[in-house]
Amino acid sequence: MTEPVISVRDLRVEFVTRKGILKAIDGVSFDIMPGEVLGVVGESGAGKSVTGSAIIGLIEPPGRIAGGEIRLHGQRIDNLDPEAMRRIRGRKIAMIFQDPLTSLNPLYRVGEQLVETILTHTDLSPPAARARAIDLLNEVGIPAPERRIDGYPHEFSGGMRQRVVIALALCAEPDFIVADEPTTALDVSVQAQIIALIRKLCRERGTAVMLVTHDMGVIAETADRVAVMYAGRVAEIGPVRDVVKHPLHPYAKGLMGAIPTLEAEAERLVQIPGSMPRLSNIPQGCAFNPRCDRVFERCRVERPDPDTPRFGLEGEAPLMPGHRVACHLYTRNPVENAS
Amino acid sequence: MMAQAKPSETFVDVRDLKRVFDVSRPWLNRVIERQPKAFLKAVDGLSFEIRRGETFALVGESGSGKSTVARMAVGLLPVSGGTVTIDGVSMTDVKDSQTRQQLRKRIQMIFQDPYASLNPRWRVERIIAEPIHAFGLLKGAQVTERVGDLLTLVGLHPDDGRKFPHEFSGGQRQRIAIARALASSAEFIVCDEPTSALDVSVQAQILNLMRDLQKEFGLTYLFISHNLAVVRHMADRIGVMYLGRLVEISEGKRLFSAPRHPYTRMLLDAVPDLGMTGRQRQMVAGEIPNPINPPSGCTFHPRCPLANERCKREAPAMIDGVACHAVQEGRVV
Ligand SMILES: Nc1ncnc2c1ncn2[C@@H]1O[C@H](COP(=O)(O)OP(=O)(O)OP(=O)(O)O)[C@@H](O)[C@H]1O
Ligand SMILES: Nc1ncnc2c1ncn2[C@@H]1O[C@H](COP(=O)(O)OP(=O)(O)O)[C@@H](O)[C@H]1O
Ligand code: SF4
Ligand code: SF4
Ligand SMILES: [Mg+2]
Ligand SMILES: [Mg+2]
Repeated sequence: MTEPVISVRDLRVEFVTRKGILKAIDGVSFDIMPGEVLGVVGESGAGKSVTGSAIIGLIEPPGRIAGGEIRLHGQRIDNLDPEAMRRIRGRKIAMIFQDPLTSLNPLYRVGEQLVETILTHTDLSPPAARARAIDLLNEVGIPAPERRIDGYPHEFSGGMRQRVVIALALCAEPDFIVADEPTTALDVSVQAQIIALIRKLCRERGTAVMLVTHDMGVIAETADRVAVMYAGRVAEIGPVRDVVKHPLHPYAKGLMGAIPTLEAEAERLVQIPGSMPRLSNIPQGCAFNPRCDRVFERCRVERPDPDTPRFGLEGEAPLMPGHRVACHLYTRNPVENAS
Repeated sequence: MMAQAKPSETFVDVRDLKRVFDVSRPWLNRVIERQPKAFLKAVDGLSFEIRRGETFALVGESGSGKSTVARMAVGLLPVSGGTVTIDGVSMTDVKDSQTRQQLRKRIQMIFQDPYASLNPRWRVERIIAEPIHAFGLLKGAQVTERVGDLLTLVGLHPDDGRKFPHEFSGGQRQRIAIARALASSAEFIVCDEPTSALDVSVQAQILNLMRDLQKEFGLTYLFISHNLAVVRHMADRIGVMYLGRLVEISEGKRLFSAPRHPYTRMLLDAVPDLGMTGRQRQMVAGEIPNPINPPSGCTFHPRCPLANERCKREAPAMIDGVACHAVQEGRVV
């Protein structure tokens, strides 16, 4: 069996604030295999970005990793010193953010930034590094790269800049990329091009990707598996087709129904009552229980963990392997569920 | 409240609307660098009608001119040419300034960022009451009562009026913005990306609310969004914009089942497929060009798979809901 590139176990991240300790991430676990895209979705504040930052070692005080393990190719990376982590971050792990300008220095030509990164992480000579930079720009779909390489970031459109950032992320041939809302600021036409690019990279280079987005459509097209996060925990995780087409968790079901599509005929969108709790005020038991239409006593006392469903609900598609859900309905006796 | 909507009646009439922005460098720079003045045609001859009680949507990529149209429609931005007529009153003709003042309270606007559009130092009750005072609609205790009713109408609590905008979530702030828009019993509401900053679950709440209110009060919406699925859900009719022009106007659902303009087809193809039908799509080519220096003829020609010599020379006219030579020449089926 191939081993995962990234393995996260029971991750906990806290922020120390005046109001006390806020648990932003509270027991998150998942693996990402080589060449695999794990999509991470959820409402804003669910903990998607904090999870990504934890993996790349960018949680800054007042935040701290309060528990759990993060492994890269089996090696712990959550307890490395900052210098060791910085080396890994350039070389083995790269990141792409929503706003390409956070990753590009406006004062330097695009080529200078690419070449410098390549020189830091490989043994190429400067001319070879420049040739490599041109190759990379070509690979990410920048037309006339031998000319554009000497342009400044502001001379590129938003979509082109995001391509440059992807090229920059690829310089050191990382094994793992965290892409946090990489297409959110882009038009659909450009978004489609960037998605295709990310897919191609995984296929051809075997790069593992954690793709954070709130756009279910992007996930459906790009991810192999998807994790739905709610209030700092994974509510449901599984193969993308199963989760998108047959969500199990009541929150995931609501989320899917809330999205207008190009096919649906519904007059009204599914509405989940209320809103996500603040971190300072996460309900006991299942964090979703005040909003859940299937809530029962156990939900208010006992916190469900993502688990393989033991029983299906009536009228639901058969349960698939690798599909885990954090909801008591799926460990409760089916007779009780029917009532 | 008001007369039941008569669906066939034109309520908003936009004719040959134009807006040019001066985007020249400062005078001194121009002199030193010997550059001419530069102009950007953000909206370049746009015509459409909105019937009373319907939702007309504008879609298009960033920079296509949607917000510029919205701001001209409500009179927030002067036009460079063309006319906007609402319920028979010209928004653009100076002669109508008296009647236009009357019209103002019947038109409201909702923005993408509800936080930026709500005064952070005012309590919510004052924000919502502002149009009531501005148009002298009610007095004293009646105002308080009306504000409470409006808050209830948009799904908040009358007590929420005592709070400040920062005490609310994004979705709740958009509810406040909607309550304010309804305060003067507006009939025509221009909504510029009202849910683009919201999570999908909150977006669903706001879109449902907007529809309920439309049914209840016979509201007419000009609804602007870059999200095609949202537009499909909301609109009775849709106009597709590209570089300041309309390229296709269609009844809502038909735009999606039978798109005609090559740009509309390209946009639809680019929407990620949530149904996971595995449909093969044509990869979108290129990006929206620089609007300061738009391509000649049909401005879509550098990205269009059907472009020919005529397209490079001659801008196509809007005929029968679509502005495209290929469609008009019968080159597209
Ligand atoms: N005040 C202004 N001065 C100069 N140019 C402007 C001004 N306002 C808008 N523009 C330009 O006019 C064009 C249309 O802008 P507009 O904001 O209407 O686009 P939009 O379709 O609303 O885009 P988005 O989807 O990004 O909101 C753009 O090229 C924009 O840069
Ligand atoms: N520096 C910080 N201090 C306090 N709380 C934070 C900080 N960064 C993030 N959080 C909180 O952690 C939670 C998860 O945030 P985040 O991962 O950014 O959510 P998202 O899923 O939208 O990416 C949120 O409640 C957020 O407010
Ligand atoms: S555990 Fe209970 S409250 Fe939570 S989602 Fe399942 S049924 Fe609803
Ligand atoms: S007019 Fe020509 S270039 Fe423009 S959309 Fe039609 S075929 Fe394409
Ligand atoms: Mg985030
Ligand atoms: Mg706009």
